[in-house]
Amino acid sequence: MSGNSEPRKYKNPVLNWIEFRLPIISYFQKEYGEYPMPKNCNYFWSFGALATITLITMIVSGIFLAMNYTPHTEMAFDSVERIMRDVNYGWLLRYIHSNGASFFFIIVFIHIVRAMYYGSYKYPRELNWILGVFIFLLMMATSFLGYTLPWGQMSYWGATVITNLFSAIPIVGEGLKTWLLGDYTVGNATLNRFFALHYVLPFVIFGVVGLHVAAVHVHGSNNPAGIDIRSKNDTVNFFPYMLIKDTIAVCVFGVLISAVIFFGPNLMAEVDNYIPADPLVTPAHIVPNWYLAPFYAILRAVPDKLGGVLLMFGAIAILFVLPWLDTSKVRSCNFRPMYKWFMMLFFVNFFVLGYVGMLPAEGLYLLIARIGLVYYFGFFLIITPFIGWIEKPKTLPLSISDVYLGGGKESPSPVSQKEIH
Amino acid sequence: MSEKPDSKRRDFLQLSTISIGAVGTAAFIWPFLKSMNPAEDTLALGTTEVDISLIEEGQSITVKWRGKPVFIRKRTKDEIDEAKKVNIADLKDPEEDINRVKKDEWLVLVGVCTHLGCVPLGQKLTDSKGAYNGWYCPCHGSHYDTSGRIRKGPAPENLAVPPYSFLNDTTIKIG
Ligand code: HEM
Ligand code: FES
Repeated sequence: MSGNSEPRKYKNPVLNWIEFRLPIISYFQKEYGEYPMPKNCNYFWSFGALATITLITMIVSGIFLAMNYTPHTEMAFDSVERIMRDVNYGWLLRYIHSNGASFFFIIVFIHIVRAMYYGSYKYPRELNWILGVFIFLLMMATSFLGYTLPWGQMSYWGATVITNLFSAIPIVGEGLKTWLLGDYTVGNATLNRFFALHYVLPFVIFGVVGLHVAAVHVHGSNNPAGIDIRSKNDTVNFFPYMLIKDTIAVCVFGVLISAVIFFGPNLMAEVDNYIPADPLVTPAHIVPNWYLAPFYAILRAVPDKLGGVLLMFGAIAILFVLPWLDTSKVRSCNFRPMYKWFMMLFFVNFFVLGYVGMLPAEGLYLLIARIGLVYYFGFFLIITPFIGWIEKPKTLPLSISDVYLGGGKESPSPVSQKEIH
Repeated sequence: MSEKPDSKRRDFLQLSTISIGAVGTAAFIWPFLKSMNPAEDTLALGTTEVDISLIEEGQSITVKWRGKPVFIRKRTKDEIDEAKKVNIADLKDPEEDINRVKKDEWLVLVGVCTHLGCVPLGQKLTDSKGAYNGWYCPCHGSHYDTSGRIRKGPAPENLAVPPYSFLNDTTIKIG
């Protein structure tokens, strides 16, 4: 970012030596030290940092698991059991990794909710949003691949059902499926390549996260008021203020995830996955990972195979174009009296979809899934453009500092915040 | 630099270089993509021979062929009649029972639901056989009849009939 400007001078000769040859010191200083954060940002803005830390935890715990894991249909299940029973602290590594995946999704869901509620996806952060949706897609792929590795019944049948989705594509579908599996059914070839891909995708995610953060740093972070930074008065430096705040968030997160890892490590796991994979017997009820369940509910809500697959992928793809579906110039839902409620309902609806996605697709559950499906797409395709046209937003504060002086209709925050600056 | 004939020559050179580069890249990628298709040894696991002499009427067995379950059912008189009297026009994937069997009492099927690949229930006597007395897939609720044809639910096609032949009265070769 510093490009052709004068190189900075540092007292420390080593830093100076590096900076002269590769201006990486000033880059980090600018992007993570002096980076101006809007001073009204709440704890929702800590979830990006939490997600990054969780990604690193997943990569580290994954690499150590891989040292004891064997990607072969005859040995995979036993190697995971050996990790659980015989490898020193193997149980801890595995519980960190499996619960880490769940928490990763909880964090990223909250991160996305934040972006949607406060309109962060709008101009000029569209590309930042698109990269984010891309990360979300890669995460879903990675955890689907990882879930296959322990080679339990859910691993096997989850992989079977998901890869069969591709066979719904006309003409090329069946061939594509065989190509993905390397066999006519999920088999050893499949397990091997899934492991190879599961190993590498997190590093791809890491790279995309880098771009995602670089993109948001160009125009700066959004904030709860959804208005632009006007002056230096509106911001605090990332270091130390936001770093300290994010550290507190990380501590609270650490307590929560430890509680689950140590006291309920299988709360978010499926018992059937402790039965070794059997290609001749399907479990009575196949359950996806909870974080894929809303999309699975959409798949099953449609009585047609191809239609279900298209709508399921469409439900994710539609996120990419959200910035262009929203016709309102106002970012934050705090100032959008109508859209706010539809947005809240959207979150509730997504949760309900996830809930019915874990239950058998019959009777009342199926009906609920269908209603949820209609609202999901209706929200994006009808409500979002339409409300933007008819809604009369509340008066926006003149600046971020103005928020603390009672500008706009938001309730003023504690005075102490104002005095930091 | 800017004379007409020269720039035409350049366009040509540029275009042909890019095309050759593109063809070369594609040729380079091909073996990588192809390596992901089933390997020779996977393809070679082609046939399975099954002794069917011990199967009683009304019973089914499951054998493994190409990693997939294959159902072999010795149908009862009632089941055969039920399969034959169906009006073809009512079916989602219309097919006569006669075209799905080699001998009326022996029904041989790939036991993989044509929806998303689960193994349907109905092989064990205690299993639910669904609303049409054949098989029932619990994953998303597909019902198959006594000819393995899809009757209700999301599956688009009938259970597949694998290539097979009777070596003699008591042995079937699948594949
Ligand atoms: C984006 C980051 C990652 C996510 C979301 C993720 C997700 C998962 C999930 C959901 C499982 C199944 C856990 C279970 O039920 O047992 C799993 C297993 C596994 N993962 Fe990852 N993973 C990530 C990164 C990595 C990395 C970088 C490696 C490095 C090699 C790795 C290696 C493994 C291994 C060896 C297993 C099988 C052992 C086991 O089941 O515990 N993972 N992963
Ligand atoms: S896999 Fe059989 S109904 Fe879906």
